Amino acid sequence: MRAMVYRGPYRIRVEEKDRPAIEHPNDAIVRVTRAAICGSDLHLYHGMMPDTRVGHTFGHEFVGVVDEIGPSVQNLSVGDRVMVPFNIYCGSCYFCARGLYSNCHNVNPNATAVGGIYGYSHTCGGYDGGQAEYVRVPFADIGPSPIPAWMDDDDAVLLTDALATGYFGAQLGDIAEGDTVVVFGAGPVGLFAAKSAWLMGAGRVIVIDHLEYRLEKAREFAQAETRNFAEYDDIVVEMKKTTDHLGADVAIDAVGAEADGNLLQHVTAAKLKLQGGSPIALNWAIDSVRKGGTVSVMGAYGPMFSAVKFGDALNKGLTLRMNQCPVKRQWPRLFEHVRNGYLKPSDLVTHRIPLEHIADGYHIFSAKLDGCIKPLIVPAA
Amino acid sequence: MPYTAQKPPAKESSEQLRARIPGWGADLDPADRPSVPKEQFDPNLSGAHWDFPERQPEERPRERSIEHEFLTPVFGTSCPTHGVSGAIRRFSYAKYSEGRAAHWLLLLAADRVDALGSTLRSFATLRPDNPITQTGIRTEFTHHGLQSRRGQKRVDLVHQPLDVIVVAGPWVAAGLGAYAAYRKLSRAGRRRR
Repeated sequence: MRAMVYRGPYRIRVEEKDRPAIEHPNDAIVRVTRAAICGSDLHLYHGMMPDTRVGHTFGHEFVGVVDEIGPSVQNLSVGDRVMVPFNIYCGSCYFCARGLYSNCHNVNPNATAVGGIYGYSHTCGGYDGGQAEYVRVPFADIGPSPIPAWMDDDDAVLLTDALATGYFGAQLGDIAEGDTVVVFGAGPVGLFAAKSAWLMGAGRVIVIDHLEYRLEKAREFAQAETRNFAEYDDIVVEMKKTTDHLGADVAIDAVGAEADGNLLQHVTAAKLKLQGGSPIALNWAIDSVRKGGTVSVMGAYGPMFSAVKFGDALNKGLTLRMNQCPVKRQWPRLFEHVRNGYLKPSDLVTHRIPLEHIADGYHIFSAKLDGCIKPLIVPAA
Repeated sequence: MPYTAQKPPAKESSEQLRARIPGWGADLDPADRPSVPKEQFDPNLSGAHWDFPERQPEERPRERSIEHEFLTPVFGTSCPTHGVSGAIRRFSYAKYSEGRAAHWLLLLAADRVDALGSTLRSFATLRPDNPITQTGIRTEFTHHGLQSRRGQKRVDLVHQPLDVIVVAGPWVAAGLGAYAAYRKLSRAGRRRR
């Protein structure tokens, strides 16, 4: 089969690989019909994530058709059109039994601090991902779900991570009616978080980025106010001024490990790999939110330490909430929101790229060319 | 104003927001939010029909965190460890917990060794690594590379030249090294003749 493979920092190619096989009785093999490149894939692509091996296939956002099932699979049949959460999880461990699917303890031998994620290095379990023609899906009775007949693949693929994560991020903010919510990052997760904040009753939503085309999308798609932090000497001061010096009630970090806005932080994290991530957006969130407020962290960070301003978080009495999203928990409610027209995930898709040209897709997305917000990968194009 | 007790007045009322934003307030009640509360104990919810999953066969020794009691019942089998990078990785997993910086720094070092070794090995194949096609750099010309940057207040433009050094630097250094080695060898050959 054809599959994207990592060759080293900033280098990928498409290769012929063996079609995945059933390795466990509850495995399924899924033929991928649509995949996506996630902003967090760029951390792998840039060589930031420890134990990212040459030959690894990325891709944790994908949908497809069941091509083969293991002998213990009961809930799926060959030919089913399925969406697969980015989390790999057993459904039965201490954490899964409490709904913490992203924290499963039975799927990742390489680390206890993170669960299993498709195509996200050996630090996340060493599973090949969905930027390929076929993918092995462990625990086929637990994670995957049939795609509702009324939903198209472009919407479904964004429910496997980006939309679910943005929606989850807004929930972690504990938004109350009339709250001011500031979202750092106007990528797909940030835009979905901003949109979701309205569903939870926010009174004001402000999105911050430095890419004007993404801020335009925030105004149009998420009906949010926007600020381009590059236009301000200090975005934290602007956040204070625009909230009558109170600060936002809730701040959401939807940027993560490669945040920009402070050269020292960015270079030490993203280029020199001396931090688990560049916590610029997180520090701005801590400083922009009001005392007693809540910071929700959706941006992905690596396992190393990062220079986070915990002193300010302590002194302000903040609540810091974060996790990888337990995707499937979000789906029933999100299906309603999509069906009601409150959310249209595929509105954020800007590029559809054949698998054979995936190296181009990564560069376009990484370098923020051509107004790119969300690139989809089409294996059979 | 934070200097007095009342919250600043809202810019828009809930009624105005409900009229302007489709779905505004649909999840106002925390009971409608699927991840509230964070932990919801229900061992039957996921559909698992096992207490502990059947074990995936360990076809070859599989490295694992020393914070785990045993190899997890299911695991990825992509890219088994091999060569020098594999030795570094296995040492890191065997020696250091996830709490130690040495663990992660060794794994990052192994990643670089792996990338270098794989690139060198690729030159002995029919499909050597090609930094032009593998970086997708051609899209700078096909997808408005200049236009996407010109006139923009993008703060990443300051450090994007570093990407060129990170990507092209090793290739340029390797090229210069190969050229120097070639010249040295050819000079030595001429002297012998």
